[in-house]
Amino acid sequence: MAIKDNTEKTERSEYRLFRARAYVAAGLVFLAMLAVFFRLINLQVQQYEHFTELSRENYLKRIPIPPVRGLIYDRNGVLLADNHIEYVLEAKEDDVDDMPAMLRSLMQLLPISLQEIKKFKQKMRVNSRFQPVVLRKNLTEQEIATFSANRFRFPGFKVSVRMERTYPLGSVAGHLLGYVGRIDKRDLKKLDKKEYKGTTHIGKSGIEKQYENRLHGKAGYEVIEVDAHGKPQRKVSEQAPIAGEDLFLSIDLDLQIKAEELLKDYNGAAVAIDPRNGDVLAMASMPSFDPNLFVNGISYANYNALRDNPDRPLYNRAIQGAYPPGSTIKPMAALSGLNAGVVSPTSTVNGKGFFQIPGNKHRFRCWKKSGHGHISLNRAIYQSCDVYFYDLAFRMGINRYAKAMNKFGFGKKTGIDLPHERSALMPTKEWKRKRYDKFWYPGDTVNTGIGQGFFTATPMQLAFATATLANRGRKIKPHLLWATRASRNLPEKLVSTVKLPSIGVTKLRYWDDVIRGMVNVVHGAGGTARRSGAGAKYRFAGKTGTAQVFGIAQNKKYNASKLKKKLHDHALFVAFAPVESPKIALALIAENGGGGSKVAAPIARQLLDTYLLSKEDKDLLKKKQAAVAEKAENKAIKTKKRRKAKNENGRR
Amino acid sequence: MDNNNNDSSFSKLIFRIISSIDLVLIVTLILLLSLGSITLFSASGENMKMMNTHTIHLILATSVMLIASQVSSETLNRWSIWIYTIGLIVLILVLIQGTMGKGAQRWLELGSLRFQPSEVMKLAVPMMVASYLSNKNLPPSFKEIFIASILVVIPMLLIAQQPDLGTALLVATAGFSIIYFAGIPWKWLFAALTAVAVAVPLVFKYGMHEYQQQRVLTFLNPELDRLGSGYHIFQSTIAIGSGGIHGKGWLNGDQSRLDFLPERHTDFIFAVFGEEFGLLGNMILFSLYIFIIWRGLYLATKGHDSFARLLGGSLSLTFFIYLFVNTGMVSGILPVVGVPLPLISYGGTSMITLMAAFGLLMGLRRRKRKGYNS
Repeated sequence: MAIKDNTEKTERSEYRLFRARAYVAAGLVFLAMLAVFFRLINLQVQQYEHFTELSRENYLKRIPIPPVRGLIYDRNGVLLADNHIEYVLEAKEDDVDDMPAMLRSLMQLLPISLQEIKKFKQKMRVNSRFQPVVLRKNLTEQEIATFSANRFRFPGFKVSVRMERTYPLGSVAGHLLGYVGRIDKRDLKKLDKKEYKGTTHIGKSGIEKQYENRLHGKAGYEVIEVDAHGKPQRKVSEQAPIAGEDLFLSIDLDLQIKAEELLKDYNGAAVAIDPRNGDVLAMASMPSFDPNLFVNGISYANYNALRDNPDRPLYNRAIQGAYPPGSTIKPMAALSGLNAGVVSPTSTVNGKGFFQIPGNKHRFRCWKKSGHGHISLNRAIYQSCDVYFYDLAFRMGINRYAKAMNKFGFGKKTGIDLPHERSALMPTKEWKRKRYDKFWYPGDTVNTGIGQGFFTATPMQLAFATATLANRGRKIKPHLLWATRASRNLPEKLVSTVKLPSIGVTKLRYWDDVIRGMVNVVHGAGGTARRSGAGAKYRFAGKTGTAQVFGIAQNKKYNASKLKKKLHDHALFVAFAPVESPKIALALIAENGGGGSKVAAPIARQLLDTYLLSKEDKDLLKKKQAAVAEKAENKAIKTKKRRKAKNENGRR
Repeated sequence: MDNNNNDSSFSKLIFRIISSIDLVLIVTLILLLSLGSITLFSASGENMKMMNTHTIHLILATSVMLIASQVSSETLNRWSIWIYTIGLIVLILVLIQGTMGKGAQRWLELGSLRFQPSEVMKLAVPMMVASYLSNKNLPPSFKEIFIASILVVIPMLLIAQQPDLGTALLVATAGFSIIYFAGIPWKWLFAALTAVAVAVPLVFKYGMHEYQQQRVLTFLNPELDRLGSGYHIFQSTIAIGSGGIHGKGWLNGDQSRLDFLPERHTDFIFAVFGEEFGLLGNMILFSLYIFIIWRGLYLATKGHDSFARLLGGSLSLTFFIYLFVNTGMVSGILPVVGVPLPLISYGGTSMITLMAAFGLLMGLRRRKRKGYNS
């Protein structure tokens, strides 16, 4: 081993060696720190905004505040959809130290069921630790008081207020109101995620769905600062939510209830429109359903019961039911014929009980087997002569006829403000070729003349066409939304009506002629619904309709008593009143009800009375009806007694 | 020192101390320590208890520095072998204690005193190697370098076994930098570096604990694992980056205030500093550090013999490695290795060691007190 020679020379060379190495080291130090510094410039200057954003994402949390859903009223301010305030007991997992022990003592304090506990635990597992989970809903005042007095024992649990949608009238107007339900995956795809962050329910059908945007309101939010453990530190800012608009529907609840009552024995629908402005006054579809069932998720049992019910209560017949309109379209057909010059007010047709296409043996029968004889337009309407209208449609030809009827809205959606309206069908040659790949036969045209064959219409379309008729061609789009109110303190804002292009029937007297025919239906001596028109305090115009549900063979006769209920004819009626200045136009159908004049017309009369008569008149009417009923009862009792006496006599 | 006047003996002692210390370095250190204390106050969440302990650390460390500054390099040279040997023995003891206990064992408990022996090796290893090499003609021969390397590698491996990668790295730096300063030929140096580069993947695969491997993997792509082991780096880069040029202001660092930054008062305190004082603050901080390192190297060149110079150079370079590894790690350009930000991170042991090192640095100019007598 070399022994160190401690000479001056080695000392100096070693010093120089070290100094050189120190310089290099210093250079390296400088370079290395420069590298780190460049990284810092990159972070703090170039990526400053990116990291500021990330930092804010870290500690700022936006807590959405859902808006209060708007209420729904009828035109007179009767509440149809309400927000029910309920008190719930809830807790965040993070805030509770010993959950099992606390649940045990809570169960001793409040009547909490094991099922509620089970549900609560399930939700706890799914939800985040910082999200409140409801333990018990619908707390009574007593329960709130009990809990509040013992609150100190349950840190983390609290009573909070929730809003739940309720429909105080149950199934009344169920179809048109629709319902709200929990937001599901399908809704999530469509809706504005920011607006709905704190919202749990969304309109699923009816008005609730149609006007979701107005009813929902604008979400507010609260920006809070949280630490790394999610614990809130302070509120940074707040934006209050804006409640949804209150909606006033054009519905007149009295009329709506009356319509539902009168139709309750049938499956059917009724639609009433104010022809002056398009307000839908009533829209009944029976049977109805209770929308309250859907709000918090309908049970399988309830849903299956509704879905599998052969009367199909979930289906809104007023806008989705496509029925053969039968004779109710004859006034519109008459106007189309007049306008086209195929018929004139004075021309007649020989109604011999059936119609035959020249060169064809098939007989299109009239409801009156014996025929109406030579018949003019007026009588053809009030006696509902089928042959006249077979002839009219045949001579017009299907495409011309369809085009004219389209103007009344047949085959087209009316544009009513409800989801899922159907357009039903005003058939044409093209339609048949596309749909069935078949030729159009002249016989197909003949049937459409009396609202049969391929021709279908919804009650809504019929009511709309009737309102247009009452207006003498002026078309106004029917609508349910009547007025809105941004908040309770603000006045309602009426929704303006939408006028559609009117029907180009040039001669005013054509309207008069057709309407005269309709007045004669109820007020004329030979009118098909003269019994329903008797004693009315106002003059009205109407038209009966009896639509065949199935075809009857050429040589057979329709005999209701031998047919199943499902195959009975549909009873229809359209009307408007008063004739001089129409305030209401309506259309109704009683499925398998039998005859239009026997079943549908009396219902229509009662609805018109309900809407048009003053309170005094209605009271008087009630008394009269009661008196009549009493008389009838007395008579029945008397006959019974008499019969009894007779029997006794006979035995003696 | 047989003075009959207490007063004059005390003033003599003060004079002796002042004459032996380097005022330039002291002032810079005081600036840095003040900046560190301010940062720690914020990083601790304004925790007064922690600040009190920190103050005690400061007093202790300063005292140790002053004492160390009185030790002459000859004395140090003589003590080297003993300190080194005792240090090795204690390391082995700790390792045995560790295998009997569970998990990481870095502390030796002497009554109520907790003592980290690996910390002493940060000084003992360079002293030993410097003592060995300074006895030889420099530049050293291959054989001498080999022996010197063995002297470094043994304690390094012992410490890595604890396992404490950060300290092992610092001890290795301290030891190998002596060999560098001693004048290892450049081509050997490069050959050694190449060998290390080749060895790294092998060490990664066979020589590392799983958590250490995880740290390395995370370093390579921290974004991959934002909530797991990448969380530290992710949050620290957010903290630094969101500080911008001017910083969010003292006590206003959202990342640290709201607890998003883990280990914010120890290894990750640099992120707190960067968030609150911004790029301008970093510029000042780096200037102070670089100045201290430069001053350290300068003092080393003033050492009166080879031992003094080598030790001084090594201590300065080790201080730099602390700084580089920590700031590089926190800003996300180096892997996460448990190395504190020197003189700023909370912790007494590293503070005392570092200040002791500066004390030694200052004392290197001193010759043995020959005839130093009044």
